[in-house]
Amino acid sequence: MKLLVTNISKHYGGKAVLSDCSYEFGGIGPYVLMGPNGCGKSTFLRICSLLEPPDAGMLSFTDDERPLPHTLELQRRMTLVLPRTGVFNTTVFNNVAFGLTVRGLQARAIKENVQRVLDFVGMNHKEKQNARTLSSGETQRLGIARALAIDPEILFLDEPTASVDEENTAIIESIIGNLNKGGRTMVIMTTHDKDQAERLADTLLYMKAGEMVARRP
Amino acid sequence: MGSLQQGLLQAFELIFHFDQTLFGIIMLSLKVSGIALAISTAIGLPAGALLGLKRFPGRNLAISAANTFMGLPPVVVGLIVYLLLSRKGPLGFMGLLYSPSAMVIAQAMLALPIVTALCCSAIVNVDPIIRLSARTLGATPRQETLAVIREARYGILSAVIAAFGRVMAEVGAILIVGGNIAGYTRVMTTTIALETDKGNFELALALGIILLTISFAINSLLHAVQQRGPAPGP
Repeated sequence: MKLLVTNISKHYGGKAVLSDCSYEFGGIGPYVLMGPNGCGKSTFLRICSLLEPPDAGMLSFTDDERPLPHTLELQRRMTLVLPRTGVFNTTVFNNVAFGLTVRGLQARAIKENVQRVLDFVGMNHKEKQNARTLSSGETQRLGIARALAIDPEILFLDEPTASVDEENTAIIESIIGNLNKGGRTMVIMTTHDKDQAERLADTLLYMKAGEMVARRP
Repeated sequence: MGSLQQGLLQAFELIFHFDQTLFGIIMLSLKVSGIALAISTAIGLPAGALLGLKRFPGRNLAISAANTFMGLPPVVVGLIVYLLLSRKGPLGFMGLLYSPSAMVIAQAMLALPIVTALCCSAIVNVDPIIRLSARTLGATPRQETLAVIREARYGILSAVIAAFGRVMAEVGAILIVGGNIAGYTRVMTTTIALETDKGNFELALALGIILLTISFAINSLLHAVQQRGPAPGP
């Protein structure tokens, strides 16, 4: 799946947050977006992941040049990992299973998938623990596991390591790296960490005051 | 003091001998309040969720109204239901006055604002990120709402238990609309009022002890639920 962003703009209460952003996401990335606080990175990700509509401009998703209508089905082919994981007050297993449950998968398929991704993020032993009792690093990994469980074609990550210690940052970076090696999931992420951007990015994008200003392949 | 001691003694005798009349009264109390609670939850939980999750004109007014009606005096509710159900009232044709059904209606009216307002508050207090997270994971609007309600489950349970405590203990409304007819509409609280008037303290005390025990059980449950509630976040 490809994503073409054309001239999108967004205002909140009269203030322009994004103006005329355009970009073609045609590979698998990782695409890393950098820029100062409040430059519109998070808004850009929320709009691209179809969580909110832009005020102007167009998003077009295509599959082998075929345009895809903006339906729930399309939305379910991608997901956004939020900078702060909204943990459901239940077990780690149920948290990871959420996206599969809402898609109506069979219990057996859910179990297999959950165990696969918990293994992938190194949290198999925490399956039965209440997710609210995890450390902040583990919570962030849970957010990623939850997203991976639905096997997204595009994975948006908004500051995935912003409030995480070094050890967990390394783990999360290696998860993103491994994920990309599979070659199936496009990764579009934001970060504040310049070194991290260098380590992970296939394509680096900069945003400033709501505009996409430069990119470096 | 002597009459209190004697009364207590006889009260325990009644309790431990499974007195038929006594247990009939207890069962009717639980039945009336239980059904009233089921009705008010069936209406109040969706209403609370609507108030908590949707923005619409008149929403603030509706929330204030629910909060105000939480403190409705039972006798006023009794009076209103009486006027509605009395032979000349708009619902008089149903012939419900002085029946357990009338008592259920009155208690459901008392419980409804409590369930609605407390469910609304439990749902409003769920972190908005829960709803957003559900959406990022592909939930439909309906599934989003269910995820939020599930997250508020301990608060919702507290609301239901609080409403049950309130209707079990009230006497004003059911006395007016039920009429305290022996073997038909006589429940714990109305019996206590009547028997105290008559000077029959044993039965009144026995029922008082049982009512207190039930009340204690309800509050222990409420406390346990609140303890289990939201675990500390990371």
